[in-house]
Amino acid sequence: MTSRDAILAKVKNNQPATRPLPADLSTLNTDFDKIDAFTNILTTIGGAVIRVANFDEIKDYLLKENQDKKRIISTLPELQEITELNWQHNDPHSYENVDLAIIKAHFGVAENAALWITEDLMEQRVVPFICQQLAVVVNKADILPTMHDAYSRIGNAEYGFGVFIAGPSKTADIEQSLVLGAHGPKGMTVFILG
Amino acid sequence: MSKGTKDHAQLSDVFNADEARVNWHDETLWFVRAKRDKAAHNLPEWEMLRETASQIKDNVLSNLHDYLLQFESMAQENGIKVHWASNGEEHNQIVHSILKDSGVDRIVKSKSMLTEECHLNDYLQHNGIEVIDTDLGERIVQLANEPPSHIVLPCIHKKKEEIGDLFHEHLGTPEGMADPVFLTAAAREHLREKFITRKAAITGVNFAVAETGEFVVCTNEGNADMGAHLADVHIACMGIEKLVPQRKHLSVFLRLLARSATGQPITTYSSHFKRPRKGQTMHIILVDNGRTTQLGRPDFRNSLKCIRCGACMNTCPVYRRSGGHSYHTAIAGPIGSILAPNLDMKEYADLPFASTLCGSCTNVCPVKINIHEQLYKWRQVIVKEGYADPKKAMAMKAMEFTLSKPAVYKTAGKAGRWVLKHIPFAVNNKLNLWYNHREMPAVPKQSFGEWYKENVKHD
Repeated sequence: MTSRDAILAKVKNNQPATRPLPADLSTLNTDFDKIDAFTNILTTIGGAVIRVANFDEIKDYLLKENQDKKRIISTLPELQEITELNWQHNDPHSYENVDLAIIKAHFGVAENAALWITEDLMEQRVVPFICQQLAVVVNKADILPTMHDAYSRIGNAEYGFGVFIAGPSKTADIEQSLVLGAHGPKGMTVFILG
Repeated sequence: MSKGTKDHAQLSDVFNADEARVNWHDETLWFVRAKRDKAAHNLPEWEMLRETASQIKDNVLSNLHDYLLQFESMAQENGIKVHWASNGEEHNQIVHSILKDSGVDRIVKSKSMLTEECHLNDYLQHNGIEVIDTDLGERIVQLANEPPSHIVLPCIHKKKEEIGDLFHEHLGTPEGMADPVFLTAAAREHLREKFITRKAAITGVNFAVAETGEFVVCTNEGNADMGAHLADVHIACMGIEKLVPQRKHLSVFLRLLARSATGQPITTYSSHFKRPRKGQTMHIILVDNGRTTQLGRPDFRNSLKCIRCGACMNTCPVYRRSGGHSYHTAIAGPIGSILAPNLDMKEYADLPFASTLCGSCTNVCPVKINIHEQLYKWRQVIVKEGYADPKKAMAMKAMEFTLSKPAVYKTAGKAGRWVLKHIPFAVNNKLNLWYNHREMPAVPKQSFGEWYKENVKHD
């Protein structure tokens, strides 16, 4: 008998009588300002929120704040004129020297400041992790209350890779001292658009 | 960890030699527990979430056979290679053979308690494969040649000065430099070079979805993603109990996990791997290693609901004051003490006794495992099976004899009072560990029974 068959046989023999799945969980408290909550939490976990009305404001902000950055890439066509062109199809290791990446999120979650981003919005999976600074654009109307709302929005969507990102990479492994920029981005800026 | 001959109490003595460190360890973990409380109290539906998570896991355990088959077929459809391992040895062999076939002899690995449980690093290193742990805390204990002492905070037992010394020796940081920001920056540079040059990455799995064949890995550092997205080969190792039925159930567990672990609203990264990226091969190893046996023990199967948040450790008065290494097993603390005896009842016979049974672990557990009740039940099983410490077994036999016979009980009480009063050295000596940190109260003249007879007049 293969290990597979042995494990499955033993599981079948030892598993208890069927227990039902619980009813779906509804969120008790959705009566809060979602943009406020998102902003407060992202700030607490080391990120920054910039409210903008349009892409021109994003461009102005990026140009002003990132004059020292050499390599800036983006998946957003609206930002093409201030970012590198045709970067998308190289070996993932080649993005090691990216100073700033600007990408789009499907939506954000107010209760934990997490942003849902799938592979198609990254072009390359490694981009939001390997860059020194990450900026994400999300529509104001796409800030959802909780993770339950998040997964009902995701539904059966197809993706090869998807990730919730909440703030910059961080660690507190040395005596519980919080340090931003463990392996991934040292900072995260979220543009809430609209 | 190697088969030691020392038990939890003796290993705690080692940790307790440095009182200032014990106090720091105790306070730091309690601080983490307090952060967990704050995060939990922010959600009015917290208790309902725990109940829901518990019910989902009950359902998973009761349908595990079908969920495993469904997960396997979905994952294969997604282009992931699925392997099955009955035990740690087989798991390690599978990892080794994948690496050998890929011609890889240097790898990066993000946190996986399963690979600790299987002693994968030792196995691969014996077979000529270099393993670099990329979680900062795990890299620190790896450089110190120690196992992690906590499942979420691997080097919580280390002071920053010791970490500074390790980095000075291994990474060339300036001598005496112990600033966490500086040391983290040095580790970032050191590990970036590993991410860029290694061709294979191992990750753990926090949750796997039967419905879709995807798996979720949670980190704050981003090390699992840096490894996986740069490597040609990604191997994900998971215990068979990590399944959830449907994608939407992830919402419940992602709301609970980080809040219970560190008080964060969610980990920085919750990565959902569904298909390998173009040109990459992705493997999943489904590991039993005693889990099917535990599933067959009605009193203990509940322990398989664990999502490895570490809340039970942070709250445990024994763990906080004895340190993770005193448990001499990969998963320390209350949950480790109910998992380990299933793997080896003799080797871990001491662990269910390393508890005050205060129940705090059960109260904070996000999936409502009755941890302290299981600790109590394991004690009974261990004594019955003859694995208890012989001194403890003898004392319990004597106690049973005394307590079950009223006449013996009365005489014993009288004798005890006489001994404590007239020849206290007969019990207060080096052989009696009870006196290590305690003084006995003054001896009463009579027992309650005698007092009652004298003072209560019956009509």
